[in-house]
Amino acid sequence: MVVPARLWPIFLQRQEEFPVHKHNSPIKKDSTPTKKEPLLHDMDDDDNNTSGHHHSLKASKTIPEDSKGKEAEKAKGEAPSKGSSIAISEEHMKPQVVKEESSKGKGKNSPKESTKAKEDTKMKEEEEDAFTEKDYEDVDDDYDDERMIGHDNDDAFARSPSFRVFFKDSGKDYHNDIGKNDSYKVPSDVDAMSPKSLEQGIRVIASRAFSSTAKEMTVRDALNSALDEEMSADPKVFLMGEEVGEYQGAYKITKGLLDKYGPERVVDTPITEAGFAGIGVGAAYYGLRPVIEFMTFNFSMQAIDHIINSAAKSNYMSAGQISVPIVFRGPNGAAAGVGAQHSQCYAAWFGACPGLKVLVPYSAEDARGLLKAAIRDPDPVVFLENELLYGESFPVSAEVLDSSFCLPIGKAKIEREGKDVTITTFSKMVGYALQAAEILAKEGISAEVINLRSIRPLDRSTINASVRKTNRLVTVEEGFPQHGVGAEIWFSLSLSLSLPGCVLSFYTYVHLWLFSASVVEESFGYLDAPVERISGADVPMPYAANLERLAVPQVDDIVRAVKRACYRSSSLAATA
Amino acid sequence: MVFRRFESARAGEAEEAVTYSTSDDDDEIYDAENKAIDFPGGRVAFTPQIKFISESPDKRIPCYRVLDDDGYPIAGSTYEQVDKETAVKMYKSMVTLQIMDTIFYEAQRQGRISFYLTSMGEEAINIATAAALSFDDIILPQYREPGILLWRGFTLQEFANQCFGTKDDYGKGRQMPIHYGSKQHNFFTISSPIATQLPQAAGVAYSLKMDNKEACVVAFTGDGGTSEGDFHAGMNFAAVMEAPVLFICRNNGWAISTPVSEQFRSDGVVVKGQAYGIRSIRVDGNDTLAVYSAIRAAREMVIREQKPVLVEALTYRVGHHSTSDDSTKYRPLDEIEHWKTARSPLARFRKWVQRNGWWNDEGETELRGSIRKQLLNAIQVAEKTEKPSLEDLFTDVYDNLPLNLHEQEKSLRETIKRHQKDFPSDVPV
Repeated sequence: MVVPARLWPIFLQRQEEFPVHKHNSPIKKDSTPTKKEPLLHDMDDDDNNTSGHHHSLKASKTIPEDSKGKEAEKAKGEAPSKGSSIAISEEHMKPQVVKEESSKGKGKNSPKESTKAKEDTKMKEEEEDAFTEKDYEDVDDDYDDERMIGHDNDDAFARSPSFRVFFKDSGKDYHNDIGKNDSYKVPSDVDAMSPKSLEQGIRVIASRAFSSTAKEMTVRDALNSALDEEMSADPKVFLMGEEVGEYQGAYKITKGLLDKYGPERVVDTPITEAGFAGIGVGAAYYGLRPVIEFMTFNFSMQAIDHIINSAAKSNYMSAGQISVPIVFRGPNGAAAGVGAQHSQCYAAWFGACPGLKVLVPYSAEDARGLLKAAIRDPDPVVFLENELLYGESFPVSAEVLDSSFCLPIGKAKIEREGKDVTITTFSKMVGYALQAAEILAKEGISAEVINLRSIRPLDRSTINASVRKTNRLVTVEEGFPQHGVGAEIWFSLSLSLSLPGCVLSFYTYVHLWLFSASVVEESFGYLDAPVERISGADVPMPYAANLERLAVPQVDDIVRAVKRACYRSSSLAATA
Repeated sequence: MVFRRFESARAGEAEEAVTYSTSDDDDEIYDAENKAIDFPGGRVAFTPQIKFISESPDKRIPCYRVLDDDGYPIAGSTYEQVDKETAVKMYKSMVTLQIMDTIFYEAQRQGRISFYLTSMGEEAINIATAAALSFDDIILPQYREPGILLWRGFTLQEFANQCFGTKDDYGKGRQMPIHYGSKQHNFFTISSPIATQLPQAAGVAYSLKMDNKEACVVAFTGDGGTSEGDFHAGMNFAAVMEAPVLFICRNNGWAISTPVSEQFRSDGVVVKGQAYGIRSIRVDGNDTLAVYSAIRAAREMVIREQKPVLVEALTYRVGHHSTSDDSTKYRPLDEIEHWKTARSPLARFRKWVQRNGWWNDEGETELRGSIRKQLLNAIQVAEKTEKPSLEDLFTDVYDNLPLNLHEQEKSLRETIKRHQKDFPSDVPV
């Protein structure tokens, strides 16, 4: 999670005065419950809330003073819990750190006080149309925790983009103070499993059903637990990547694993993607099952020869003599305010290559199930996560928490059933699509949201079946439009089998239908409207927050596109 | 694996650094008052004199050689003794490799195969290395090491099968010629991108450590391959991970048309080993006995100490880079001739073997005649053999045939059935 620069002064200022509500963390301050609006607020408010007053869920719920005190002490202790269970720990409580930080008198107060009023109003406006409040939900004081606890010297410097803080309002001392080692947020794990989690903060996806006994799990914890379980089940599984060991993972995905499994199974590497990807491939050639982490998939381009030429093609080129049971994982796509070289989506690139399997989890359940499936799979798998989803919490059933839980590769999930229009999407955009579906439902359009889960192999039969039901299709993706996933899905509706010079007759169709395991149909004829494709802008991702927002699909873009597909928009010109 | 956690950052607790300096000057300057300084990475003595390490040593690293140009053992040379059986087998394999290269090259020129790449001039490296290693050592070749497969029992017919892409090819006709691979011979399938096998070798070695075998991983590269980023990553990583990899660099002076003077400015490749903390040796690649001894010793070190070792074998690429190259365009003919005849590794070793009474001229003609006949026969058989069947187009992309490929195969079969005249008859459906 990244706090854009423009919000830093407000964020820090407000830390001291108001609790910052997160969906999975209790209110930090023991002081009076806030009357002012918090930094983050429910996405729902955006659309119809101009005053910016906070949602009722954000009504203050304080945690008792003493527990906070205890946690403060815990927070001061050593950061990585040695040998403890990976998933959950309660040690990091943000408020304490916030207090300490302010008491350290880093001089943030004075400059902020003066500009506070100005920024307050600006903040309100920005908050209203801040494009993904979910992103800010995880703006943690966790970050501060990590810095306090043994990470406040330079060797905690991470190369991750979210660890670089760019301050637009420079000139203030916090530029040096906070970004002292440029160590940005290092969110720690939070108790996502306690029933308390329900009381907390914002549940942005309103469609998710809440019950007081639902277990919640962040995507980060889901990935961590999946890695942990697979490593304990199979001694051949090992992790490799930059900062995966001592640093507990650039995004804390591999937290605690070094202590549990030792340096031979959690290998911190020098900075050489080509190197460690090659080493992972070599290890896989000879029987181990490596899980290679790229700090972001943008850096995978430095290793892409090994991913494609050495991993994807080896089984084929060696005629089955060399199999490569490797997993390449890491965050993919845009974060917030990290610029062009850290924001590209690689789903389409890797999805084009035969020999690879490409998975794109969305929820915690997806993350767990698909990562386990990927590690167990004998083929090379590219596992595209999303940085902004790491901190997001999802309800998980007992089945998901079981260590043998596994999702099939190549099956999409219908996140929300509908009958008017099909929205196919993956990764972060699933959340947006669900929000859009909520909005559309109020206007009488029932949207079916398909979470693809797997780019290669693409679940064409689910897509086709859905389109046959709804007759309208909108594809949503974060990446660039040309040769993107949406383009492929579009074509999936048409003749699926396109061997050159091959004309399939009706008779052949019957053959296929009779002999295929699952029916892959042509659904082009079922469309009642042209397919709408929503993608990121065809530009390298700009840094400035307003430009970035314009370059990435937003919920309103999805809503408008669906309305266009339903012929419910006023005119095409009005869709700008 | 030795694992350190931030230890060297603590002042006063740094481990004793090894002083690499060999110059005598430093001893005078270093005295009891001038303690060594702690830095991350260890303790280092300092000098108040500004002194740069020269970019090139006064003398180049000497080259280990045992036989002189006439095949006489050099006085005072130490080398691994080779018995008659091994020596004769080595010589015969070198001859076989040379003839195989000649005949397959001709076959390409006649249009029978699409591509070929010879190892002429490097037969000694190929065979002597193979002889010095054990069968369990895992080979990650570049592409100029078919001699290793030959030594390990790959038949001429099997070579021909791969070059012609027949159904008997272990690669199922998926790769260009000379991209041999054989799991049972512990020879990884050759991959075209240069130097990718170097970090892979470190990974294979990492996995091999778990097996606790008396075996190591052997990764080859040429002089050109040392410029690739993967060379740096592979060497560095192998050293850091303490992976039992034997890196062999065949420095044959040319990377297609790029001479070594344009490839790097260091003293060859052997000095690069020290840069990564890897022990290294330079050996005369055309001297069969020297290569044999050096590889034996290096392999011993790699296995015993579980650390990487680098061997640079100096040699000359007598042939063209491949059938797509005409090296007379960028180097003089007489230079090529000189290395082909006067510096031929076969001639040199043959002299030594014959002088020992283990070989004679009749054996030579007989061997050459028989190999030639076997090869021509192998080519004829390969040309007549069926190509791989249609299903081999779709298998092995993944572990199991996925649905979309299943459908594509069905569709293709349908089309072939309906338009049989449009499809080649020698592709078994």
